[in-house]
Amino acid sequence: MVAYNYVFVGLLLLTAVGFALAPLALVALVAPRKPSPTKGDAYECGVRARGDAWVRFRIQYYVYAIMFVVFDVETVFLYPWAAAYGALGVFALVEMTVFLALLFAGLAYAWAKGVMRWT
Amino acid sequence: MDLSPGSALIAQAHRVDLTWNTAIVWALWLVVGFVGIFPGIVAYMVWLERKAAGRFQDRVGPNRVGPFGLLQPIADAVKLIVKENIVPRHADGLLHLLAPVLVLVSAFLSLAVVPFAVGLMPIDPPSGLLYLIAVSSISPLGIFLAGWSSRNKYSLIGAMRAVAQLVSYEIPQVLATIPVVLWAGSLSLATIFEHQARFGWNVFAPPGLLAFAIFAIAGAAEVNRAPFDIPEAESEIIAGYHTEYAGMRFGLFFLAEYLGVFVIACVTTVLFLGGGMPLPFSPFPTNLIDGSIRRYVLVDAILLAVFLFKVLLFVLAMYWVRATLPRLRVDRLMNFAWKYLVPLCLLDILLAALWFEIVVRPGRVSAGRWTAGMVVTGLLVWASVRFVFWVNRKLAAAGPIDADWPVVGAAREGVETDEGGGIIAREVGTTWPGLYSS
Repeated sequence: MVAYNYVFVGLLLLTAVGFALAPLALVALVAPRKPSPTKGDAYECGVRARGDAWVRFRIQYYVYAIMFVVFDVETVFLYPWAAAYGALGVFALVEMTVFLALLFAGLAYAWAKGVMRWT
Repeated sequence: MDLSPGSALIAQAHRVDLTWNTAIVWALWLVVGFVGIFPGIVAYMVWLERKAAGRFQDRVGPNRVGPFGLLQPIADAVKLIVKENIVPRHADGLLHLLAPVLVLVSAFLSLAVVPFAVGLMPIDPPSGLLYLIAVSSISPLGIFLAGWSSRNKYSLIGAMRAVAQLVSYEIPQVLATIPVVLWAGSLSLATIFEHQARFGWNVFAPPGLLAFAIFAIAGAAEVNRAPFDIPEAESEIIAGYHTEYAGMRFGLFFLAEYLGVFVIACVTTVLFLGGGMPLPFSPFPTNLIDGSIRRYVLVDAILLAVFLFKVLLFVLAMYWVRATLPRLRVDRLMNFAWKYLVPLCLLDILLAALWFEIVVRPGRVSAGRWTAGMVVTGLLVWASVRFVFWVNRKLAAAGPIDADWPVVGAAREGVETDEGGGIIAREVGTTWPGLYSS
């Protein structure tokens, strides 16, 4: 019964959300509330903040995210192979070696292109 | 009442009637767990860390509230509740509220598949490991929401760093679990636990040892522990993504961080350190199960105690690392994952397949094959670690890493650099409009 497992996940999700929201509700009841213009400012070094935080950001982080997506998809492909390896035998190992070499070639290409240089 | 397959698997082999087990475990988890056990574990992990950190720095740590400061976590909780909840005026209110909840929920969901003992696991889906990875990937999302919704420059830098770091280290973390899956032939954590009862703890196979080291390093990075805590580096960017969080909302992040440490310790214990097994190459105590409920409960108690002891040792090791190592710089941090850990993981998968052919495929451990496997894969693991480090050293010598960061090079030669925050500005790739002109 696989679906049965996810009933528990659903219950756990509800409990965890409740667990996170309950202290926040308690805070809303007991904690003081004295807003002031200075208190509502962004906290940046204690002086008045200049400029907006929501700006265009460095591309470097995005490139890492792309690399992550590529590798993550390949990893998901590795899991069924690993789980079934016992039944597949040595030829599967050869095939996976080729696949891992291709995977590594992608990493080496990104490396050579200077993706991991923070200039 | 239906059974979760994993505990049923083990229990049926020993003819224990577990009809009520699932119901009891679920109730224990959802009621007792959330009211007392999980908050208690986290509270005393914080206390332990403060005590341990105190000792490492030749202090005594908290000792005023209660004996040995044992009531300190309760005092902290009360303080967090009566603190004002400050949300910045320009922040995105809904996301600001949602972020800590998401991070905490992600940590709680990961705990659902951890087999603390034979029967003490609420669910055991056949794809347990995949589930674990899927739900633990929710937390980068929460962290990014926190940094973005705060509308604070330091929060945003912290969030960007956090997401880049978490996704980078997720790759070696996931790849390091492949050898374990390969040996056990399943993604279910209960089956992985059983496999180690028959073939010894995974950490005692050379490819398993390498995978364990990689998993532990990547795990520390996944929960933002030192030396991988640049997303909340207080000496550079205030508190990173939770700069704008006060009171209980900050408390939730804090709770989630320590719960994350606990989860990583639990998962490492299950995958590599033999779960609750006290002896490396013996099925004890699972062989004590004879069909009576009393024996079954006794076995579970032994397993749980040993499991928690191993988790405690692992957590203490993480505290030790934090007290010892300084923080890494952001580019070196990312590149360590991609240039060292990922190639090592790829090599390790092949060596794990070799170990499987030599030791696991014949069906049971024999001394001769085990020795052969230890020698052959041991030498190959050693050689691949040396190889990856050698290649990296050669490549680094060809292009010095600090050449990317003229500010660092200039500072080293005593040259006056540009205005303060130059390093941060280089990292972000922009200067905020009007930030430096007055």
